[in-house]
Amino acid sequence: MPKTPGISLPFALLLQPLLRPNRLWYRLAVWLEATPWAYRLFTAVERRVKGGLFGCRMCAQCTLPSTAYACPMSCPKELRNGPCGGVGANGDCEVYPGIRCVWLVAYERAAGAGRAADLRRLQRPIDQRRWGQSSWVNYWQHRDDGLWSADTSFAAAPPIDRPFDSAQGRR
Amino acid sequence: MTVLGTRLRDAVREHRFAVTAELSPPRGADPEAIRAGARALHDWVDAANVTDNQGAMVRLSSLAGCVLALDEDVEPVMQLQCRDRNRLALQSDLLGAGALGIPNVLLLTGDHQRFGDHPDARGVFDLDSVQLLWTARTMRDHGTLLSGKPLKTRPSWLIGGVENPFAPPLAFRAERLGKKVAAGAEFVQTQYVFDVARFAEWMRASRELGLTARCAILAGVGPIPSLRALERMQQIPGIVIAPAVEKRLRGVPADRVLAESITICVEIITELRAIPDLAGVHVMAFGAERLVPEIAERAGLGRRAHAKVNERVG
Repeated sequence: MPKTPGISLPFALLLQPLLRPNRLWYRLAVWLEATPWAYRLFTAVERRVKGGLFGCRMCAQCTLPSTAYACPMSCPKELRNGPCGGVGANGDCEVYPGIRCVWLVAYERAAGAGRAADLRRLQRPIDQRRWGQSSWVNYWQHRDDGLWSADTSFAAAPPIDRPFDSAQGRR
Repeated sequence: MTVLGTRLRDAVREHRFAVTAELSPPRGADPEAIRAGARALHDWVDAANVTDNQGAMVRLSSLAGCVLALDEDVEPVMQLQCRDRNRLALQSDLLGAGALGIPNVLLLTGDHQRFGDHPDARGVFDLDSVQLLWTARTMRDHGTLLSGKPLKTRPSWLIGGVENPFAPPLAFRAERLGKKVAAGAEFVQTQYVFDVARFAEWMRASRELGLTARCAILAGVGPIPSLRALERMQQIPGIVIAPAVEKRLRGVPADRVLAESITICVEIITELRAIPDLAGVHVMAFGAERLVPEIAERAGLGRRAHAKVNERVG
């Protein structure tokens, strides 16, 4: 069900640098994956925090930094590239009348912060095997690299198959 | 003379005002229903969209409908949506279309199953429309699947998409078209246009982003056959019927509603033709293909000069 985020975009952007991949987070991620009880605990905390704030469903390949921190997986069609054509004239989700389309929320937050161009990036399909994993653990190990395109000019996109390989990557 | 298999492509490339129409498959296994619709459209369209479980209601498959249309010398546009198929099925149907000589594909997310005749179904939505467009272009132009595996023979379809200039966030709708163009859309058909001023505004924004030069835009139009149909269409998410149109339809006797709506449709097409860079119109008549010739003729769109069947190329 579409979820309006519980924190503002400026506040989310303030926190963003703290979670950026670095050597410390990388080592923590490797340790967590090697330590089942800790991974379970960490994932439960992540689910609790992000579920409450963003309606996170643990797809484990987080796109929040590129969608004004409105989670597209809370869309009933799980659209990662923008709103469908069925958004009501009042801005409601077609499937959940009375609830605002999450992509409309994303656009208004992005445009309000002068970051509307973020939403121009092309989002690649997710890896459906990862549901339930920790997105932070994946992110810190660079498994999300290439998840969305860098270009915001609408230039013809490179091929869609992911240009990288990783332990739990696509190929 | 236009040749089956390249009619829509040629119309778009040569900047002729293109006409496409919707060809709705039947609920049943009768091939004659779709053949009759195709015959009604034959002289009047560059290509006909065969819809894919439109409105989340089960119908004869788009792929089969396209083969029947080809058999009637009507160039098909195969619609393919993400609601009913995962990435394997989408790619295999695209390859099937290539092998069967279906020259155009139209790739979309699909209506939510909640609005159809099987609301208890699981919606797939493994890919979204932009990702499916991107996948199709990768298959055609790079010869690889989404997995990166190479294709032995590349398909050659013209790739199309859809857009709704009338749904919020309005300011993002031209940019969403931009994403589809970047992903691979070479033509798009829009939701029903009843508000020409708003449509022209969206066209202007798209032009400023340089999109109209890269992608042919066909405006969606169509008649509203009855007041019941009007009320049904008002319930469909994404269709915005201008108050002035509703007022005109309610202002005539019940037996004149269809005629009035055809007149409105013809007027809208005439207004649309004044918009710079508009590549054509897409006529949606919901199973009433027989209405398309009258609309096309009265709007001055002219008959299509198709080559004879025996001159066709595959």
